[in-house]
Amino acid sequence: MSDVKSVERPAPPQGSRDSAFFWEGVGREVLLGQQCTGCKRFRHPPRPLCPHCRSFEWKAVELSGRGTVHSWVKPIHPPLPMFPEGYLVALIDLEEGIRLLSNLCEIEPDDVENGMSVEVFFAPTRDGGRIHQFRPTQEARRG
Amino acid sequence: MARGKAVIVGIGQTEFSKDSGRSEQRLACESILAALDDAGLTPADVDGMTTYTIDNNEDVDLVRALGIENLTFSSRVGHGGGGAVGTVAHAMAAVESGLANVVVGFRAMNERSEQRFGQSQMNNTGGAKGAGTGFIEWSLPLGSATPAVWTAIQAQRYLDRYGLTNADFAPVSVHLRQMAATNPNAWFYQQPITVEDHQNSRWIAEPVFRLLDCCQESDGAVAFVVTREERARDLKQPPVAIRHATQAVPFESETVTNYYVEDVTRFETGVSTAKTLYEHTGVGPADFQVAMLYDHFTIAIFWHLEANGFCKPGEAADFVRSGEIGLSGSIPVSPNGGHLGEAYIHGMNLIAEGVRQVRGTATNQVDDVEHALVAAGMSAAVLGRC
Repeated sequence: MSDVKSVERPAPPQGSRDSAFFWEGVGREVLLGQQCTGCKRFRHPPRPLCPHCRSFEWKAVELSGRGTVHSWVKPIHPPLPMFPEGYLVALIDLEEGIRLLSNLCEIEPDDVENGMSVEVFFAPTRDGGRIHQFRPTQEARRG
Repeated sequence: MARGKAVIVGIGQTEFSKDSGRSEQRLACESILAALDDAGLTPADVDGMTTYTIDNNEDVDLVRALGIENLTFSSRVGHGGGGAVGTVAHAMAAVESGLANVVVGFRAMNERSEQRFGQSQMNNTGGAKGAGTGFIEWSLPLGSATPAVWTAIQAQRYLDRYGLTNADFAPVSVHLRQMAATNPNAWFYQQPITVEDHQNSRWIAEPVFRLLDCCQESDGAVAFVVTREERARDLKQPPVAIRHATQAVPFESETVTNYYVEDVTRFETGVSTAKTLYEHTGVGPADFQVAMLYDHFTIAIFWHLEANGFCKPGEAADFVRSGEIGLSGSIPVSPNGGHLGEAYIHGMNLIAEGVRQVRGTATNQVDDVEHALVAAGMSAAVLGRC
């Protein structure tokens, strides 16, 4: 199983002035998205203004944490000893319309399908940090 | 200052190896001197210079080492290897605007013996400043730490969408190694591979890339010289025209960590460079006799073929399998062996081969080359006969 729970994995970054909110949220196990106050659209990666309506006003809003797998891969070489053997990297399409790179856990590679429903959870890292992870939803497991 | 169309009048390179045994500054100087000699020029003629943001050489050091009197133009191009052909665009712009008379473009690196791109970037705290990627913050914490993984994320979606597997990449790898096998400058000279070799090579990023889907790691340097066409008449080589050269930074795109464009299976940057080039030159996909396509991984050949209109989206695998990128195919691709076969000099050796193909002096020469496409993703050029 590619269950990424190692406390050896590196602590996430603090982020930039524009992205610190995201990592602060992850640190307390809340997945936050940057939502434009003007046109309500979400955006990722974070940036200081909305590329659609050009508003600099935005809020960090808790996301549903649900989404689907856009694509995935199993890194083999070079090995990264701080990550569990067999871990998967996946690109997740979140319900709010943004895309986020993460790890896909609690599933064998042969069972992964693009488009399958996943949900967020948080794993511990070195230095007492947290990192956002995804796993199949109950529905997807039954599916 | 006299102005006129920019042309490429010289190319030069070092040997391609796994351990050059000398400094990157020396490699840069050797390649620049070779390119100037090829053109019939000397450092005294040089007043412009361009390279990559991530090249470790400083222009001041090269001016000092080569004995250049003064640079009136010096630039760096971002986007890693994807920006490779941006050096041609910058050189062209500098010459045609009158900012400089003679511009050298170069890339020099001990990428195998010193700084291996393919190793984990987990300890890369310097970030990707100027390289146009988001890998530090949004990839490294998730264990996405190499170019292979960054690219495989996009490639997996492509394979899945079109019902393909890693085996569909084999003909790309076999082709490039076949080209390298008859190129004495190639690291893999006289070392062709089979489809079975490709399929037996170990996984790097499963189920997308095996070892033989990845470009080499190389030490070496390549340089070119650009001046205006009038000046070229007195020089040693027949000049090669830069019909147009361009960069591309489409909305929501990134270099290699390109996850945020709406459709990651569509090579948005390549689509953009093709649109610009075809609009500026009036040349279309049917007008090229050869294409130098940036191959960091085999999938990139598929992406370039589709983005530049050599085949339709999703048809590249069939196109390649039916031999269309071979020397006798409809669009011969990278007859020097590309990065997989010749060497990985970050796109610059592909530019040099494009020049040789137009001159008619390549080892694996395509007949009657009037137009050559050189495409690196976030930059591309149409080279042609003067």
